[in-house]
Amino acid sequence: MGVQGIGARALRKEDKRFITGKGRYTDDMTLPRMTYAAFVRSPHAHAKVVSIDASAALEMPGVEAVLTGEQLVGDGIGNLICGWMIHSKDGTPMKMGAWRALEPETVRFVGQAVAVVIADTQGQARDAAESVVVEYEELNAVVSTIDALKGGAPQLHPEAPGNLIYDWDIGDEAATNAAFDAASTVVQMDLVNNRLVPNPMEPRAAVADYDEAEEHYTLHTTSQNPHVARLVLSAFYNVAPEHKLRVIAPDVGGGFGSKIFIYPEEIAALWASKRVGRPVKWVSDRTEAFLTDAHGRDHVSHAELALNADNKITGFRVKTVANLGAYMSLFSSSVPTYLYATLLSGQYDIPNIHCNVKAVYTNTTPVDAYRGAGRPEATFLVERMMETAARQVGLSPAEFRRKNFIRSFPHQTPVIMCYDAGDYDATLDAALKAIDYDGFPARKAEAAKRGKLRGLGLSCYIEACGIAPSAAVGSLGAGVGLWESAEVRVNPVGSIEVLTGSHSHGQGHETTFAQLISERFGVDTDSVSIVHGDTDKVQFGMGTYGSRSGAVGMSAIVKALDKVEAKAKKIAAHLMEASEGDIQIEGGELKVAGTDKKLTFTEVALAAYTAHNLPEGMEPGLKEGAFYDPTNFTFPAGTYACEVEVDPETGKTEIINFVAADDFGKIINPMIVEGQVHGGIAQGVGQALLESVSYDETGQLLTASYMDYAMPRADDLPSYTLLTTETICPGNPLGMKGCGEAGAIGSPPAVINAITDAINNNDLAMPATPQRVWLASRAALAQAAE
Amino acid sequence: MYETHYHRAASVADAAAQMEKAEDGKYLSGGQTLIPTMKQRLAAPSDLIDLRHIADMKGISEEGGAVKIGAATSHNAVATSPVVQRLIPGLAALAGGIGDPAVRHMGTIGGSISNNDPAADYPSALIALGATVTTNQRSLSAEDFFTGMFDTALDEGEIVTSVSFPVPEKSAYSKYPNPASRYAMAGVFVAKGKDGAVKVAVTGAGQNGVFRVEEMESALSSNWSSDAVAGISVSADDLLSDIHGSAEYRANLVTVMAKRAVAAA
Repeated sequence: MGVQGIGARALRKEDKRFITGKGRYTDDMTLPRMTYAAFVRSPHAHAKVVSIDASAALEMPGVEAVLTGEQLVGDGIGNLICGWMIHSKDGTPMKMGAWRALEPETVRFVGQAVAVVIADTQGQARDAAESVVVEYEELNAVVSTIDALKGGAPQLHPEAPGNLIYDWDIGDEAATNAAFDAASTVVQMDLVNNRLVPNPMEPRAAVADYDEAEEHYTLHTTSQNPHVARLVLSAFYNVAPEHKLRVIAPDVGGGFGSKIFIYPEEIAALWASKRVGRPVKWVSDRTEAFLTDAHGRDHVSHAELALNADNKITGFRVKTVANLGAYMSLFSSSVPTYLYATLLSGQYDIPNIHCNVKAVYTNTTPVDAYRGAGRPEATFLVERMMETAARQVGLSPAEFRRKNFIRSFPHQTPVIMCYDAGDYDATLDAALKAIDYDGFPARKAEAAKRGKLRGLGLSCYIEACGIAPSAAVGSLGAGVGLWESAEVRVNPVGSIEVLTGSHSHGQGHETTFAQLISERFGVDTDSVSIVHGDTDKVQFGMGTYGSRSGAVGMSAIVKALDKVEAKAKKIAAHLMEASEGDIQIEGGELKVAGTDKKLTFTEVALAAYTAHNLPEGMEPGLKEGAFYDPTNFTFPAGTYACEVEVDPETGKTEIINFVAADDFGKIINPMIVEGQVHGGIAQGVGQALLESVSYDETGQLLTASYMDYAMPRADDLPSYTLLTTETICPGNPLGMKGCGEAGAIGSPPAVINAITDAINNNDLAMPATPQRVWLASRAALAQAAE
Repeated sequence: MYETHYHRAASVADAAAQMEKAEDGKYLSGGQTLIPTMKQRLAAPSDLIDLRHIADMKGISEEGGAVKIGAATSHNAVATSPVVQRLIPGLAALAGGIGDPAVRHMGTIGGSISNNDPAADYPSALIALGATVTTNQRSLSAEDFFTGMFDTALDEGEIVTSVSFPVPEKSAYSKYPNPASRYAMAGVFVAKGKDGAVKVAVTGAGQNGVFRVEEMESALSSNWSSDAVAGISVSADDLLSDIHGSAEYRANLVTVMAKRAVAAA
C-alpha cells in the first residue's frame, strides 16, 4: 500500500479478510471434543426458583451435564460485579444486589439464566434445555423507570430498599437555586431518553477450554477488552488466576459498548468446561441478544434552564432517574453519573449547574454503556433545552447558542470537566453554511406548497473522550485505571509489529495504527502489523470504548515509538560515526543531517539484532514498550444540523439533509473517521426515529426481534454532508480527540429539534415514530385552530 | 430449529401423497414465514414438502381476460412479469414492494395467501381484483378463500395451485409499512373492473385480516378521485392496535393510503 502517513485516506488493511469472508470470529473456532452450551432462561420477569428438575434432560441424547446456580455457587464462582463505586449524596455506597451467573433463588428479568445444558451438539443442548423443568413462584414485577421508586413497588433486591441504587448529586445546589431565583426566564422540560438494544452484527459468543494437566483455561470471546475480562474473571469470579487464564478476542463484529462487560454466559462456559472436562462453545442467538446484551440509555429527566435578561444562561438544574435494569452491569453505575452529568455544561458558559441522579432497579435487562454512554443523554438534554429556550425567548437557535458559547480555554465547568481546547463558532459556522441556514424559510415555504412540513434543527454537542486519566477516575470511584499500553517490536528485517491494548471490533486499528508507524519511520504500511486481542501476546490493555483508541491507545504507541526512535538513532549515529543529534529519520532512512551518509531503517534494525557493532553497553534488539496515562479527557465537539420534511397525513419523517461539522482534533485517516461518523449518526437517527425497547407491564420484552425492534435501514437515512474543523488537543502527543461516538451523541437532538420545528409542537418523545409525529402534528394544528 | 424431513415434490399429486404419509407435515412454498418460525422453535413439522419446484405451479399467463399466476411463482417473477406489468400494473407494483429482494426471490404467491398473514400484501389484491383461487381440489373466490387472520378455507392437505386475476380497467396499491418489520400497517388495494365495479380492500389494519370498505367503493363508483375517499374513515373498532400503531392511527392510514392508491391508479 506504500507509505501512508497521518491524514492519508488509506484503504483498510483488514477489509480483504472481512469482505472475502475470511475473518476469524469466535464462532469460527472449533476445538476437538468440543461441546455446546444452551441456557435455561427464565420466562418470568420476577419469580422465585422453587425447583429445577433436570432428570429428563439428562436422559436425552448427547447430554453431558445440566448445571445449576447451586452448583456454581458451591464451586466458589463469585458474583458479577459493578466496577465503579458511586456514593450517594449522604455518603453511603451504592446498593449492589447479588448477581450470579446462574441464579439459584430469584430471577429478576425475562431471559435470566438459571441452568446450562452441555451437550455434544448445539441442537441436542437446545432440545435438552427445553426439557429442564423449572418450577417458579411468580412475583409482581416493576418495569418502568418511574414506577420503581413508587411506594408499594415490587422490591428487587434486599440490599436496595425502595429499588434505589444511589441518590447522587453533582454541582452546587444552593448557588444553582439562587440563579433560578434571580432568573428573568426559566425554561422547563420533561425528557425521556429511550432505552435501546445495542445490536452488534455479531452476537456474543464464547469458546471455553480447560486444560486439566496445566490447570489452565483459554477463553475465545467477543470482547472489546480481553485483558479486563481476564482481570475480572480472575479477581472477582474466581474462575482461575490470571496466569492460568488466556482470553482471546479475535475478530469481533461490532460492540458499541455491549461487549465491554463480562456476562453470565462467558463465566458459565469457563466453569462448565472444567466441570465436563471438554471445551464448551456458546453462541448467542438474536433473541438471546435482545434479552441479555446490556441495553443502553433509559433516563427520565426534568430539566430547567435559567436565563438572565440578556438571555445568557445563569443556571441549569436537572433531576434524572436512570433505570439500570435488574442488576448492576460492569460499568453501569458510571454511565448516568460521571459520564453523563459532567457534560451538562455542553458548549456553553454556564456558571451554575446542579444535577441529581437516582439510579433504580427494575425487572428488565441490565443497562450499561452503549455508544456514547451518558454523553448522548447529556447532549439530548442540553440541546433540546437550548432549542426550546431559543424558541421561548424568540431568538434564532443559532444566535442563542452563540450568545452562550465558551470562547476561552481552558474552561473549567461547574461539573468537574475542564475543557482544554475548542472553537465552537467554527463548527457552528461550518454547519450553518453547509445547510444554507439563511435559505431555510424559502425551502419551508416551497415544501408547504407540496403539503409537507419542513423543519430545521441544530445540535451543538460536546463529549468527553480519551477515557481516561487514571488518578482522576480513581478518585471518582473507578475500580481500574484507564491508561493504555503498547509495545513496538522492530524485527531484524525491519518489519514492525505493534502490540496494543486497544481492541478493534470494526474501528480499523490495523490501518490507522499502521499509518502512524508509516508516518514516523517512512515505512510501507504493509510492513507493519498490529497485534491485539490476546492476553498471551499483549502484556496488558484496557481495551476499546469511549473513543479512546486514538487519543489513549495511539499515544501509548507514540511513547513506545519515541523509545524505538531514540535507540535507532543511537545505533545509526554509532554506525555512521555521527552525533546522535544529527540523525534524522526520513523516508525509511536514518540520515546524518547535512551529509549524504544514511542507513536504511532495515540496516539499523539488523544491526540492532546482529549486535556485532553496537554502542558501548547497549542491549541488543529493537523493541520497546510504554504505558500512557492521559492527563485529561479529550473534548470532541461539533454542530449537527438536520433538515426534515414531515408528511402530516402519515407522520412520516424524511431527513432531507444532515450536516455534521465535527472537531476531532488531528485526524489520522479521514475515510475511517467518516465511516465512524456515518455509523454513529445512523445509530443516533435510529434512536431519534425508530429504536425503542418496549416491555409490557409484566416485564415481557415486546421488542425481542427485528419484527418489532425497528433498526434503521439505508432508506431511513440521508446522504450526509460531513465537515471537519480542527483545534489540536493539547493533552496528547498526536493532538487527537476521538470520533467513535460523536455521531450517536450529536444527532438525536438535531433530529428531534428539526421535527418539532416542522410540526410546531415541542412535545415529542423519542423515537419520533410516524404515529407520535402524526399525533403531535395534529395536536399542534388543533391548538392553532383554537 | 427442530429436526425435520425435507421433500422436494415433483408434482402436485406427489406433494399431496407425501403429505398423506407425513406424521405432521407442512407444505413449504418459499418459507418466508415458516422457516423463521421454525428457527424460533415455534413450529416443528415432522416433514416439509416443498412445492416451489413443481413446474405445473409456476408461471404467468394471460387467459381469457384474466392473468393466471401459478402458486409457486415468486413475488419477483410477478413484479417483473411483462404480462402483469401491462395488464395489472397495480399487482406488479404490489409484488415489487413485498419484503426485500431476498424475500421476493424466495416467497411465492401461493405460500403468501395460504398463510394469510393479516399484514401480508397479496390478500388485498385478490379481494379487490376479485381473483379466483384454484386448488388441487376446487376453485373458489378470494372472498371465500380468506376466512380470518392466518385462516383460509383450505382443507387439510389441500394445495393452492394458481390464482387468476380478472384484468381490471385500473388498479393500484398503496401501503404504509411498519417501521420495524416493513409489513403493511395499512395497505389499500383499489380496483375498478372492466364492468365498472369498484372494490377497495385493506390489509394490515384489520383484526380479522383483509377487509373491504364498501363506503369507499360506492363513493369511487360515482366519482373516481382521491377527494371521493378523503372524507371516508373506517371505524377503529375492528382494527389492530400494537406498539407501532393504535387502531386510530391505522384508521387514518387506511384513508390516506386509499387516497394515494386512487391517485396512483
